[in-house]
Amino acid sequence: MGFKIENYLNDQAKGDIILFYKGNIDSDVINQVLDTVEDKMVEVNEQSKLRKKVYNVLVESLQNLYHHVDKVPDDYEDQESERFGILQVKKIEKGYKIVTGNFVRNENIEKLEERIKRINRSSHEEIKELYKFILNHQKISQKGGGGLGLVDIARKTGNKLDYAFKEYNDHHSFFYLNILVNEEEQK
Amino acid sequence: MEPIIIEGTSKTPTVKFDANEGVFEIKGRSIPENSVEFYKPLVDWLDGYKESPLTKTVVNIRLEYFNTSSSKCILDVFKKLEAIHKAKNEVEVNWYYEEDDEDMLEAGEDYESIIRVPFKMVEIVE
Repeated sequence: MGFKIENYLNDQAKGDIILFYKGNIDSDVINQVLDTVEDKMVEVNEQSKLRKKVYNVLVESLQNLYHHVDKVPDDYEDQESERFGILQVKKIEKGYKIVTGNFVRNENIEKLEERIKRINRSSHEEIKELYKFILNHQKISQKGGGGLGLVDIARKTGNKLDYAFKEYNDHHSFFYLNILVNEEEQK
Repeated sequence: MEPIIIEGTSKTPTVKFDANEGVFEIKGRSIPENSVEFYKPLVDWLDGYKESPLTKTVVNIRLEYFNTSSSKCILDVFKKLEAIHKAKNEVEVNWYYEEDDEDMLEAGEDYESIIRVPFKMVEIVE
């Protein structure tokens, strides 16, 4: 099969990769990633506003993986990871690119894509209202997610959510979320 | 009532809830994967406090980061405070944010618009 998870990443614009991780997403991994990226941003004296946004978006995107990934396909090389995902953090000229990736079952694509499209159709004000509505009306799910992660990412970055689904086989696809966190937020 | 005192970690905040002084504080980072586990004891404790609160309760929220799953739990904390306020007790929330952190200010304003308790936005100038 010609599918390789890294292909999508290699197709993206160049930048300095400050972190790449592929494997199980557990609590310790999340801690380590957050510490590493935070240290690197302090090292290069990143302005605190951007630093906080990157940190917040990283927390939400990693915890989205933690709470929501589907099981890997039976023939995929990594069968050990309970929650398999990838993460790449890249420094670009005026900010950071955070790409996460995980398997989704094909029947779950439509629902996820609809959520993203709804967010991308919304103005900044509408996203704020949507956030408040979900905060106030939706209970925390069995999986532990609040249903707010993507909305929060869109709100904090001020950017549309860039994403892709790449078919793995008849039952599974790989979902990429490609987040831009930049200095100038569009409101 | 026994106070709640919890030391902060890299993922959970420092908490001091003192029923004798009527001062409650949540401070630091709140980004645990399982936020319900962390916040449930606080919400339960507030249920107890609600039975015989002081005439004035001051709540200081001074968070550096919080994740979306904590945001729902923090709302639960505020809902308990709202009930105390509704029962004709004075409740004041001080929401701290660093001067360049508009996101944290906006988060406080979100709660202010949902919860009927007086909020004061307090800018921390370094």
